Amino acid sequence: MGEHVIKLPDVGEGVAEAELVEWHVKVGDLVREDAVLAAVMTDKATVEIPSPTDGEVLWLGAEIGETVAVGSPIVRLKVAGEGNTAVKEAPAEAKPAKGEMSRQNVPDLRAESAGKTASLVEVEPEPAPLERPVPRLPVSGPARDAGERPLAAPAVRLRAKEAGVDLRQVPGTGPAGRITHDDIDAFLARGRQVARPTGLAPNTAVEDVKVVGLRRKIAEKMALAKSRIPHITYVEEVDVTALEDLRAALNKEKAAGRPKLTLLPFLMRAMVRAISEQPALNAIYDDEAGVIHRHGGVHIGIATQTQSGLLVTVVHHAEARDIWDCAAEVARLSEAARDGTAKREELSGSTITITSLGAMGGVATTPVINHPEVAIIGVNKMMVRPVWDGTQFIPRKMMNLSSSFDHRVIDGWDAAVFIQRIKALLETPALIFVEG
Amino acid sequence: MKEISCKLLVVGAGPGGYVCAIRAGQLGIDTVIVERDRPGGTCLTVGCIPSKALIHAADEFGKVVRMSAGKTPLGISLADPKIDLKRTVAWKDNIVGRLTNGVTSLFKKAGVKTVYGWATFRDGKTIEVATETGLQVIRAETVVIATGSAPVELPSLPFGGPVISSTDALALQDVPGRLVVIGAGYIGLELGTAFAKLGAKVTVVEALPRILPLYDAELTRPVAKRLAGLGVEVLTGAKAVGLGPKMEVVRVETADGKEVALPADKVLVTVGRKPLTEGWGIEELVLDMSGKFIRIDEQCRTSMRGVFAIGDVTGEPMLAHRAMAQGEMVAEIVAGHQRSWDKRSIPAVCFTDPEVVSAGLSPEQARALGREVLTALFPFQANGRAMTMLAEEGFIRVTARADNHLVLGIQAVGQGVSEFSAAFSLAIEMGARLEDIAGTIHAHPTQSEAFHEAAMRALGHAVHI
Repeated sequence: MGEHVIKLPDVGEGVAEAELVEWHVKVGDLVREDAVLAAVMTDKATVEIPSPTDGEVLWLGAEIGETVAVGSPIVRLKVAGEGNTAVKEAPAEAKPAKGEMSRQNVPDLRAESAGKTASLVEVEPEPAPLERPVPRLPVSGPARDAGERPLAAPAVRLRAKEAGVDLRQVPGTGPAGRITHDDIDAFLARGRQVARPTGLAPNTAVEDVKVVGLRRKIAEKMALAKSRIPHITYVEEVDVTALEDLRAALNKEKAAGRPKLTLLPFLMRAMVRAISEQPALNAIYDDEAGVIHRHGGVHIGIATQTQSGLLVTVVHHAEARDIWDCAAEVARLSEAARDGTAKREELSGSTITITSLGAMGGVATTPVINHPEVAIIGVNKMMVRPVWDGTQFIPRKMMNLSSSFDHRVIDGWDAAVFIQRIKALLETPALIFVEG
Repeated sequence: MKEISCKLLVVGAGPGGYVCAIRAGQLGIDTVIVERDRPGGTCLTVGCIPSKALIHAADEFGKVVRMSAGKTPLGISLADPKIDLKRTVAWKDNIVGRLTNGVTSLFKKAGVKTVYGWATFRDGKTIEVATETGLQVIRAETVVIATGSAPVELPSLPFGGPVISSTDALALQDVPGRLVVIGAGYIGLELGTAFAKLGAKVTVVEALPRILPLYDAELTRPVAKRLAGLGVEVLTGAKAVGLGPKMEVVRVETADGKEVALPADKVLVTVGRKPLTEGWGIEELVLDMSGKFIRIDEQCRTSMRGVFAIGDVTGEPMLAHRAMAQGEMVAEIVAGHQRSWDKRSIPAVCFTDPEVVSAGLSPEQARALGREVLTALFPFQANGRAMTMLAEEGFIRVTARADNHLVLGIQAVGQGVSEFSAAFSLAIEMGARLEDIAGTIHAHPTQSEAFHEAAMRALGHAVHI
């Protein structure tokens, strides 16, 4: 029997470390070759680590949420044959299973017990059992599963009975959720809810959720953006009646195989036009080096909600894509992001970002800039609003754009000009397509 | 005879009935109790107490026999011990007499009126008692049925002649030369062991594959070992077919299908007990049944308003302490207190050699509930006090939930472990976790240290093993 050490492989170009987000095995498991051992997450992508060989898991080298350097050992397997470790570390000897009487031990025990006074000091402390999970005992709140009998000493039960308290409704603060006299006092002091089994009751439970994986990335990214970038947010309304008419007509006429157009591709094309006049908005600001990288290519990030949280997919070179191409790419990327197949490069490299919650978009938002970009366009909900045309109110399809800019490098004036330009393009959509 | 009217009428003065009546009397309830024989029921008169007296006498005698045979390491020698079973039984009867008299005087003290004679229900509020002086009618607002249970008879071996019940066995005047015990439950094994120690050649016949089938094999193994040591032959998977033509042998069909004839001077049939639900007019009451038992709810109420039932007549486990707790509860309910059955543990004890005690769930039962459990046992072989008493056989075993270490069950087998029932049940009723037991100082040198160690072992840090 040998030992095979599995190290964290190189999981992507230029990635030096990855966060362990999930273990698929535990110590003692038998694994087959190619079985998935763990999942790690790099900046954007999640990568599964397969087992290179059959074996039994001896050791796991990281906790969930821990960042592991590429090349450091993450799993040790017991394998048939030599294994891949030249120097054999003494493996921790497995303890005999608890509760199992081992007869061979008994003679020693007798000796031990006979000289009991001595043995009390001499007995070697038993090594801490391997992998014993530390029980998590909630300090308050109902610790019982639904339908489980409440745990209370006979005197407490008697008192509850006489006070007409149904112990099933009393949260136990004692060990293992045991109900104490104090718990009954507290229950009575709060006003018994016993007569209203479906009534309101304070829920004192606290659930601890570890911030790991994508959620941690999002948290770090948001904190970075908000602490580094002084945001200026500009909200303007746009009359999209003409745009909606055009969109409806195009969707109606569209050839088979073409994607359904949403508002996004029009906005993307409008942004490309506006950026060609104001290249300062399509940039990466390296504030440490004091350099703004103005990009020729317009790589538009699209904030996408997925099961595990927010991802930004990137439509590269929007300036080189027509409206149909933009629509197809947006649809493809959002699908990939949701089913977890988005590649690393499809989730990075944006130079400006759009955030849109569609029908949930609200009246106005304060978007957080996708650091280190300098601008983000937020799309709010479109609705029919009365608009004064000089003589009367007429119903128009109106939509707000809430956009944030890095005020260190974008002045309010420039931001306003940029949005007004986009507004003009969207309100007269033919302008988006007229060349020259 | 003039009718009696009362608030509470208890039928049967066994441990359930007499506790109920005394507690009711203490609470100021106008109470009448009816008993056909003398107070105390099976427990005091033909069960728990007299059998323990006989078992103790047999233990003592067994010890001196071993000493006289030079088989003790204690260095004690003596010659030719004898037992006069007539005197033993007289001593036992004296204990029973003192206890039943004690119950009678407790009735007086609590103001409970007693009526002796066979009771028959006329309806749910009225009974007739055939007393020595004539028919007594009693009307009551509330009735408690506590009629108890009786030994089950085997159709193939009806009681009579050499075939005796546990009641008869406790009144034998001589030790039978050859005793065949049918049924290796706790009653059969307790009495069979006692008679083996008194000098009888004992054979035990059990239809199931092992002795004490209600307990797990690990727990009963030391008992089986000791039976073999006492020369008791145990035939498992075997069935008694009947007596031989001259009633001097028991015909038994063994596990392999052969029929053997076991010579027997007495045949003790202990194949269980049945609730006494006949002969007192149950048909006059409209009671829902649960199998052969009277169905009760968590307050021991039957399906008939104002009629309670307690004790063996209401189901398993048929144990005196369960009946007593029910009796006390019912008296308090009748007195208007808020009570309901909420016991977590009804400990069970076998006064075999060695003794067996169980409270709560066995490891197997706990696992069957779908829980992950921790279980550990500590052997008396590693307990100093046990060694000094020649009591190294057996162990204490603890089972707890793996997630929060709540103790679910505790069992022990070993000399004198019946007294542990208190500690075990207290732990379970109080909702102890393994850490509570491990964190309690257990006096040294006592067998109870094994309890402490078993809990620590379940937590993974026993010291003395």
